[in-house]
Parts: sequence; structure tokens; C-alpha cells
Amino acid sequence: MSSPELTTTEGRAGDGRLAEALRKVASSMVAILTTLFGLLLLTFIIGRMIPADPVISILGDNFDQAAYDRVYRELGLDRPVPEQFLTYVQNILHLDFGQSNVTRNPVAADLARVFPATLELAVLAIFIGTLLGVPLGIASAVRRGTWVDHLGRVVGLLGYSTPIFWLGTMVILIFYARLGWIPGGGRIDLYNDGLVEGPTGMLILDALMAREWEVLRSALHHIAAPALLLGYAAMAYLSRMSRSFMLEQLNQEYILTARAKGLGQRPIVWKHAFRNIRVQLLTVVTLAFCGLLDGAVLIETVFGWPGLGQYLTAALFYADMNAVLGSVLLIGLISILINLLTDVVYRFVDPRTR
Amino acid sequence: MSVPPKSEGLRAWLLNEDFSSPAQARAHQAYVTWLRFSANPLALGGLIVVVLLVLAAWFAPWIATHDPLEQDLARALLPLSSAHWFGTDELGRDVYSRLVYGARTTLYIAILVTVIVGPIGFVVGAAAGYVGGWVDTVLMRITDIFLAFPSLVLALAFSAALGPGIENAVIAIALTVWPPVARLVRAETLTFRKADFVVAAELQGAGVARIMFLYIVPLCAPSVVIRLTLNMASIILTAAGLGFLGLGAQPPAPEWGAMAAQGRQYLLDAWWLTAIPGMAILLVSLAFNLLGDGLRDILDPKNA
Repeated sequence: MSSPELTTTEGRAGDGRLAEALRKVASSMVAILTTLFGLLLLTFIIGRMIPADPVISILGDNFDQAAYDRVYRELGLDRPVPEQFLTYVQNILHLDFGQSNVTRNPVAADLARVFPATLELAVLAIFIGTLLGVPLGIASAVRRGTWVDHLGRVVGLLGYSTPIFWLGTMVILIFYARLGWIPGGGRIDLYNDGLVEGPTGMLILDALMAREWEVLRSALHHIAAPALLLGYAAMAYLSRMSRSFMLEQLNQEYILTARAKGLGQRPIVWKHAFRNIRVQLLTVVTLAFCGLLDGAVLIETVFGWPGLGQYLTAALFYADMNAVLGSVLLIGLISILINLLTDVVYRFVDPRTR
Repeated sequence: MSVPPKSEGLRAWLLNEDFSSPAQARAHQAYVTWLRFSANPLALGGLIVVVLLVLAAWFAPWIATHDPLEQDLARALLPLSSAHWFGTDELGRDVYSRLVYGARTTLYIAILVTVIVGPIGFVVGAAAGYVGGWVDTVLMRITDIFLAFPSLVLALAFSAALGPGIENAVIAIALTVWPPVARLVRAETLTFRKADFVVAAELQGAGVARIMFLYIVPLCAPSVVIRLTLNMASIILTAAGLGFLGLGAQPPAPEWGAMAAQGRQYLLDAWWLTAIPGMAILLVSLAFNLLGDGLRDILDPKNA
């Protein structure tokens, strides 16, 4: 008698859960779309604020009134501002970021060319930062107050406080100019340049796939210093965060219970506490990755790394606004995308969010 | 009245917990806080460096040995010596004097950004947290949009749009610093929103603005002050990064980031042009980090 009722209740509960899940997905989609919209609005407004006349920056100094008016109309500047914004959004959706006034290429093509170099650098750096920073932070928490903890604190404080462009310059001065251990800049030696034109644009991967070991060696030699420096900045942040996450877990009562049951230090740390900080760690690793893009702008400038950061700073130097806005928009999009990705991974790792 | 008894001295009066007046209670509180702060040597060191920075900025004309803008091409790129403690740059200007005057630029940016950002963070965060509903949704969406950009990149975009210059750099940095402050104030506000004293004020007919500014903002103040102190370090680093990329203070004004950038051209011949301004940036941002950590340990122990 009671079993059909039970099924209905369960069925209803199941529906409720599904509806809840759908509602969550819908609300996060809305959140992402509004953030995207805001991103576009923000870059559009920044583009409007420039004191320089965009027409003059295209035409140069010598032009007549007719040419000025023609370009003015071609840029759509005679239209109402909301319409200009719509056109801007349409163009972006068609991956049209306008033309760079310096390279004379479409900005989208330029970005596609320089982005793999930055991605390669940032991915390597986040690996270095995570693999060194998280264990250091956990060791600091487990051995609180010992030399490991003090070391972690010093590493973290220096990483937070050091201007990375200055550290990069000092590394070049010491390890390139004085000792000759590292190359002076760029992604690869001159005589290895252009040997591998790979599918990914990331030299290390392309060289691996093409089995060009000499190219690989040169690429690794060039990426080492900038990747280590960027990785150090990420490591400082990650070790500090993972230390505080771990400390919070170790003070919980279930850890005390586990100790009372006679469980050893190693399983307590890795089987109990670490499992519970994985989600938090994932969040801070993604935050660190977004923060890396900041450092990449400066490090790429210092090391002559032909990536997005160097493209952006060169564009700033020549007041090439389309290129600046395109790069900034791309970086903003990457940040949103990464956050979205974290959200998705959450649902797999953390059962409470299901 | 509570005059300190002569026989026991000021210290005993401050430490005595049988308060005879509100003034004594407040003095006691301040003294105990100071004792706990000064027991942390790192935080104390940070405070000393910050005080030295303020003194250097304030008394720059007396501390500097030369005019920071005076050029002397005959004395260009001189190494460290007793006449020029930190050498001279490519135009023969005294690096030590430029460093001292550069403290003014650094402090000016850091203080101005903080003064702009604090009130914005309080208003946005308290409004979102206290009023709630669609106000909260809209304000937090806007905050998220600003947070989507890495801060230096956003500051770069704004200063590119506004044009180079120190005031524009301040605006650009402020635009990137306010969102985390607003988030913090909102989170703190949410914890007090339903507190009895707030409800009591509401029942007495207090308006939204009155509750926000007289009841909620004062309670958020300690954690925001800590946050802003810790932020000083990142503001200084961002400002230096902008200066390094040529977007902050414009030459010939002495600014540490720009000095380090200009020195890069002479890196092999004159390392001090880059090394010394960079060390100044490192020292000052380290000091603010240590000071902020120390303040957090005593004022906000739950987040230590």
C-alpha cells in the first residue's frame, strides 16, 4: 500500500532536485552572460574615453576635410552611441576586433599569433607554482612554527612584495649578462627559429610532436627563466593560501577523532584533511592563473617574450587602441572562461554542490 | 576624575582594569593593543619602514643631497660614491635624491587611491549587504565585471584611455582596487544585518542611510582598515608596474618604477639605476605587508 506513495514522494523529490539543478545552471548562465555583457560595455566605454581622435590616428597628420568625414562615417562615429555599441558587440561576435594601426593586420589575427606564446608560459608557470607552492603550504601548516613554516612565510612575503619586472631585470643582469647561463630573451635561438611551424603555436609541444630535439632544448632554455619567475609569484600566493586552508582543517574535530583513533600523521593529512581542501585549492589555483596574466604582461616585456603581454604593451606605446582593447577583452574572456571551468569541475569534485 | 596616581605611574594607570572613567578604559585598550602589536618584531619593523617613508617624503628637501631634476651631463652614470651615494643616472642626476623625492610620488599614489577606494567600497558593499534584493544583485554583478580582469591589465586599459600621468594612474588603480573592498564590506554587513541593535534602530524609525553609516560602517571599519593596509603593497606594486610601462608619472618626475625602467637601457654599465629603485619598491611593499599582517593578528584574530 505504502510503496506507490513512496515512489511518488521520491519522484517528486527527484523532480525537485532536477528543477533545482536546472535553476542553478540557468542562474549561472545568466550570471555569465551579464558579466560578458558588462565586459563588452566596459571595453567599449574605455574605447570611447580615449582623448586622441580615432580618425586622426588612422589618417595621420595630412588629410582634407572630405577624407576626415568619410573615415568618420566609416567608423560609424556619426551614429548614436547605443547603436555604435550594438555594432561593436556584433563585430566582436564575428571575431572582428578591428585593425591594428601598427601591424596593419586584423587584431584577431595578431591575437591568434601571439596568444599561444603566453599560454605556453602561463601554463608552465602555474604548474611550477602549484607543484612547489601547495606542498610548501601544506608542510608549513603541518609543521607549524618549525623552520619549514618560517621558510614558507619568507618565500610568501618576498613573492608578494617583489616587483616582478625588477626581479626579471636583475635575473637578466646576473644570469645572462654576468654568468651567461640563460639566453638574453625571446622564445628560441636564431638558428632554430622557424624550424618548427606547429599546429599549436606552443613551441615546446610543437617541437615534441615534430621530434625536433634541438628546437625543444632551445625552447626550454629560453622559457626557463620567465616561467620560473612567474611561477614564483604564483607559488607565493598558493603556499600562503594552502597553509591557511590546511590549518583550518587540522583544527577541526574530525581530525582530533582520527588522531584519537590512532591514525598516523600521513593518512590524516592526505586522506582526511587534503581531500577537504581540494575544492578550495582549485579555486585559488584558477585565481593564481588569472593573476599570472598580470605578471606575464611585465615579464614578457622584460624578457622580450613575443606573447600577448608584449603585444599589449607595444600597442599601448603606439596608442593602437584596437589592439589594446582586443588584448584586454581577450584577457577578460580568458578569466571568465577559467572561472566557468572551475565551476564545472566543482560539480565533479565536491558532492555537496551536486 | 581619574588622575594617574603619582606613586604607581602612568604604566600602572594604563594597565589597571578597575577603570575609573571611560577615558581610562579607552587608554587601557589602546595601550594593550600597542603592547600586543609591538611584541611582533616583524610588524614593528614594517611600521618603522613606513614611518621612515613618510618622513622621507615629508622632509625630502632636507634629506636629499641634490636637486632631483638638476642635470649635469659631465657627471652622467657615475657609480656609487661619497658625493653621490647611489650614483648618478644617464643625465647626471643624483639617484639618491631622486629616490627620496620618489617616496613622495609613491605615497601620494598609495594614499590617494586608498582615500578614493575606502568610501566607494563602504557605500557599495553596505548598500548591497543591507538593502539586499535587486540592489545587491546589480551591485555585485558590477563588482564581478571589474573582478574579471587581472588588476594590472584593467589599470593599463584605463590609463591608456585616460592618457599617461600620475592622476590618471591613481584613477585607473582605484578602479581596480574597489571591488574586493566592496565585497568585504558586503560580507561583514551580512553578518550584522539581522543583529538586535540594527533591528532596534529600525524599529525606532532610523532610515537606510542612518543605519548604514552609523551602525554598520563603524563595525566593518577594522577589517577594512587591515584590508586597505595590505592593499597598499599591491597598490604600490601596480603603480610601479604602470610607471615601468611608461604610463604612470611622466619624466622628469622621479618615480621608482619609471626610474627602474629607464635604467634598463644602461643595465650593463650602470646596474644601480635599476637595482636601487627596485629595492626601494621591494622594501616599502614588504613593510606594508608586514604591517598589515601584524594589524590583522591583533585586530582581527579570526582571519589570522
